[in-house]
Amino acid sequence: MTYIKKPLNHHPNLEINELGLTRRDYEGQVSSLCAGCGHDSISAAIIEACFQLSLSSHQIAKLSGIGCSSKAPAYFLNQSHGFNSVHGRMPSIGTGANLANHELLYLGISGDGDSASIGIGQFVHAARRQLNMTYIIENNGTYGLTKGQFSATNDKESKSKYGEENLFPSIDLASLAIQLGAGFVARSFSGDKEQLVPLIKAAFKQKGFALLDILSPCVTFNNHNTSTKSFDYIREHNEALSRTDFVPLGKEIKVDYQPGSEIEISLHDGSRLRLEKTSSGYDPRNRKMAVNAIQDSIEKGNVLTGLLYINEDSNDLKEILNLTDTPLNKLSEKELCPGSESLKKINESLR
Amino acid sequence: MDTRYLFKRHNTWWIKVAVPRTLRDKLGYDLRESLKTHDLTSAQEKRWKIVDKFRQKIEEAKLKKVPNKEEKAKHVENYMPPTNTTDPQYYHKIVDCQYACPAHTPVPEYIRQISQGNYTDAYMINWESNVFPGILGRTCDRPCEPACRRNRTHEKPVAICRLKRVTYDFKGDISQRLPEVPKKKNGKRIALIGAGPASLTVARDLLVLGYECILFEKDPQGGGLMRTNIPSFRLPVEVLDEEVNLVLNMGVEARFNTEVKSMKELLKEDFDAIFVGTGAPKGKDLQIEGREEADKNIFIGIDWLTSIAFEHTTSVGKKVVVIGGGNTAMDCCRSSLRLGAEDVKVTVRSPFDQMKASEWEKEEAMDEGIPIHENHVPKRFVMNNGKLAGVEFEKVEAVFDDNGKRSLVPTGEEPVIFECDDVLMAIGQDNAFHWIERDIGIEFGEWDMPIIDRVTFQSTHPKVFFGGDAAWGPENIIWAAAHGHQAAISIDKFCQQKDLFERPEPGANLVSQKMGIHEWSYDNDVSQAKRFIVPHADQSISLKDLKVEVELGFDEQLALEEAQRCLNCDVQTVFSEDLCIECDACVDICPTDCINFIQNDEEEELRANLRIPALNLDQDILVSENLPTQRVMVKDEDVCLHCGLCAERCPTGAWDMQTYLYEEAKVYNQT
Ligand SMILES: Cc1cc2nc3c(=O)[nH]c(=O)nc-3n(C[C@H](O)[C@H](O)[C@H](O)COP(=O)(O)OP(=O)(O)OC[C@H]3O[C@@H](n4cnc5c(N)ncnc54)[C@H](O)[C@@H]3O)c2cc1C
Ligand SMILES: Cc1ncc(C[n+]2csc(CCOP(=O)(O)OP(=O)(O)O)c2C)c(N)n1
Ligand code: SF4
Ligand code: SF4
Ligand code: SF4
Ligand SMILES: [Mg+2]
Repeated sequence: MTYIKKPLNHHPNLEINELGLTRRDYEGQVSSLCAGCGHDSISAAIIEACFQLSLSSHQIAKLSGIGCSSKAPAYFLNQSHGFNSVHGRMPSIGTGANLANHELLYLGISGDGDSASIGIGQFVHAARRQLNMTYIIENNGTYGLTKGQFSATNDKESKSKYGEENLFPSIDLASLAIQLGAGFVARSFSGDKEQLVPLIKAAFKQKGFALLDILSPCVTFNNHNTSTKSFDYIREHNEALSRTDFVPLGKEIKVDYQPGSEIEISLHDGSRLRLEKTSSGYDPRNRKMAVNAIQDSIEKGNVLTGLLYINEDSNDLKEILNLTDTPLNKLSEKELCPGSESLKKINESLR
Repeated sequence: MDTRYLFKRHNTWWIKVAVPRTLRDKLGYDLRESLKTHDLTSAQEKRWKIVDKFRQKIEEAKLKKVPNKEEKAKHVENYMPPTNTTDPQYYHKIVDCQYACPAHTPVPEYIRQISQGNYTDAYMINWESNVFPGILGRTCDRPCEPACRRNRTHEKPVAICRLKRVTYDFKGDISQRLPEVPKKKNGKRIALIGAGPASLTVARDLLVLGYECILFEKDPQGGGLMRTNIPSFRLPVEVLDEEVNLVLNMGVEARFNTEVKSMKELLKEDFDAIFVGTGAPKGKDLQIEGREEADKNIFIGIDWLTSIAFEHTTSVGKKVVVIGGGNTAMDCCRSSLRLGAEDVKVTVRSPFDQMKASEWEKEEAMDEGIPIHENHVPKRFVMNNGKLAGVEFEKVEAVFDDNGKRSLVPTGEEPVIFECDDVLMAIGQDNAFHWIERDIGIEFGEWDMPIIDRVTFQSTHPKVFFGGDAAWGPENIIWAAAHGHQAAISIDKFCQQKDLFERPEPGANLVSQKMGIHEWSYDNDVSQAKRFIVPHADQSISLKDLKVEVELGFDEQLALEEAQRCLNCDVQTVFSEDLCIECDACVDICPTDCINFIQNDEEEELRANLRIPALNLDQDILVSENLPTQRVMVKDEDVCLHCGLCAERCPTGAWDMQTYLYEEAKVYNQT
């Protein structure tokens, strides 16, 4: 929380994007989160990603539940649509909005409490139904907003700030999403924007459900030295899969990879992701490999980050349900209520 | 209005395409090109072709780029070392205005005092540094203003100079705050020649230590050119008298109407040291056809202004031509108007934008309806019946050769004749040292100027010191004061038989401004107000009377609002690496992208790799020790707003806002 508004002045050489906007044009209100909160860094990464992709704010809808993480949408994309839902119910709102107007880019922001505790029932179905959205979990292993209770992603071996023991095993939302059929699953760290920004950009381009599980230390309640979600712990145990570069549509970027040492993944709109192959030969298109690698790293007490899994031929809810291409909100009364003749025909066909 | 990729510079539309970070060392920060049009529609038409050209260039550069990892590793030993912030000059340099001020006046400190209504304190801060706040607040050349950070972060600088005037205009009684001059003298006698600002400064500083100061001045009153040449519509006599007398009354033994005619004779008297502050009193003349015949109606600008100051001259011809483009020319033309001239013209050889006169002096003259004719080289004085009738000019244009050297080349147009009754010649000043014999140990060098040491102000005669315009030619009042302080230090060292080259350290003090989590003892909000304009007297009155001051000065309300524009550049962002947890909060909040956590490198590389490359080499970058992630924190000081948000967002207090008070050493407060 700060008292003064962030001055509007920006650096005279600040970059401008294809819309003629600067990064500052994608900002939001001044954050009221604790100074140093990882969630603020994620907001900054989202701002950077939107800026780099030259997205128009009015084509984005920010959705969230309850929690410090769920407050974060107020602190970026001031001019986008937004809905701050009941605790854990953001996926329902997302589903409704998506069906009414599938032309917007849906960006869900949730917390580990919001999604892995009260909202887990909603979360799993959003993933399973391939709801077309980018779903970001700002994962700090705690209920930040309600003053630091253990959340369901808190590791069993981790102790609270006050020495209390966590008695239950943690839920790994990334593994869960892969099992449920999500087409894009990545993990990253709020303190590593170089990795985070290209992943956010790729998630935006994914068709269907794209999950980003982002470790985001809570400086106030979960950054002590017996925590496994602290800055220090994550930095020490970060097992990064590969360097990721986002290649926009129609662009050619030659990076300094050894020939044959890269994996190129096509995204839905024709843009691509370039991954530097690691020595282990990890391939995120291989679901089994992904699940195993995550398990391995959990056993070692590590945090596996990067693009974990991607399905290049993913579907989304609209396609699965074979909905009209015209968003519902653009259909007129005539199309929505075709009249008694049509009803008769339908009834006829069911006889 | 679609201005994608477009921006405006001096009314012309330009195109700017950003270069990706990885290519900036090759292509620079962005690619830009002028569209050579003032019109947005035609700029929009030309746009895409150029944008495509630039994009292609960027793509080509991408294909060529092959970073060489081994080569990088070799540079490790050349990595930038952590910045030494204990060097008093590091933070001093960040206070752009103070650093640019020859006397290093603590500008933001006095501006804060104005905001709090402490005018007397603000005045004393100035008086300590520059001796003539009321005079300088009206007349200073203000090198601080072009240096002001606001030029880089906003548009116009803080009106630093006119705020200085505010401290004079609203101050209370200062008699109790003046330094005490010891009754018992230290037995050393110093001769000061000339009663201009340079000598007066030396006197003020030395008197406090018990020196006896004997001042020789050929004019009947003190002040030097401040009295004789700066017209009273810019500097009222009362202001001048008050501040000159303040020094004289500290115990100077002044001998007015006493011209020193021989240095040799003076050296024979028992002075322990002599300070020469005689200025550059000789106005330049122009020997062209008709000069002698027209002599009766041609006046040397500075002499003419002097005779106005002493009321020997009270009128001028109806039509006046001023030759010259410096500040003297501006004072001459404006004085002419007030003496009753009806048609006044300024003529200058150079183009308008290369004139020597300060921007604001030109503006004031033009505001009063005086035209400035650029590119006019005087060729001859035209006579009619044995009387001056006009001046003939050749028209020229400025041409630059490959080395940037300017020459004024005739355009070949018909010569121009401006009719006139009187001509005022304002084309520069020379020094006049005919009274210093050449066989007494004071060596003279080029241009017949004495050889003076740049640090100590000592001449080749150890007892004789120079300062102000007498040292290296015409400058201005604030430089004269700055010289005076330094010369006083040297004279004291000389009299105490100490090493003149061991200069005293400045006072430097950092004090945290933290009052609470989001509370600072300075106002950290950044005012978006535009520079406030100083109200002027009605021209129907001011143009008729030489003594009516043109500028009325800020009232208290305007002063407060203008003071709020100061960014408090002396409140420093102080970084403690041992506290930093590298959470990035400061990076994310900083409105001007100053802060980076980045791999160390050589300075040039490091500057290029920042979030926004640090291209302004006049401004330093702050480099931390290595952090746990093996990166360093690098802050580009260039456009920091000193808003304190980094410190407010830092969870650990690794950033703190600390006021840096830098005090240039004076002879009487050396540590
Ligand atoms: C028209 C004009 C306008 C100016 N306007 C400004 C302005 O707005 N702002 C600004 O900052 N600067 C201005 N200046 C410049 C400024 O006035 C000088 O730079 C400054 O006064 C120099 O101070 P000084 O102490 O070196 O010498 P001076 O002020 O020149 O004083 C020298 C003194 O020495 C005396 N003297 C000379 N020879 C002898 C001798 N042999 N014996 C005894 N006495 C002697 C002179 O009579 C004079 O009083 C202006 C100058 C001119 C000509
Ligand atoms: C229905 C309901 N139950 C409980 C709460 C109390 N509550 C508010 S936020 C929160 C947990 C938030 O945790 P998380 O989603 O991890 O967000 P964080 O604050 O850690 O970012 C809880 C339990 C609530 N607001 N509504
Ligand atoms: S903003 Fe204030 S402190 Fe900063 S350079 Fe300008 S006057 Fe000096
Ligand atoms: S004070 Fe801190 S946040 Fe403000 S501009 Fe300077 S570095 Fe950035
Ligand atoms: S906010 Fe403080 S702790 Fe965080 S990176 Fe900046 S200086 Fe370090
Ligand atoms: Mg949480």
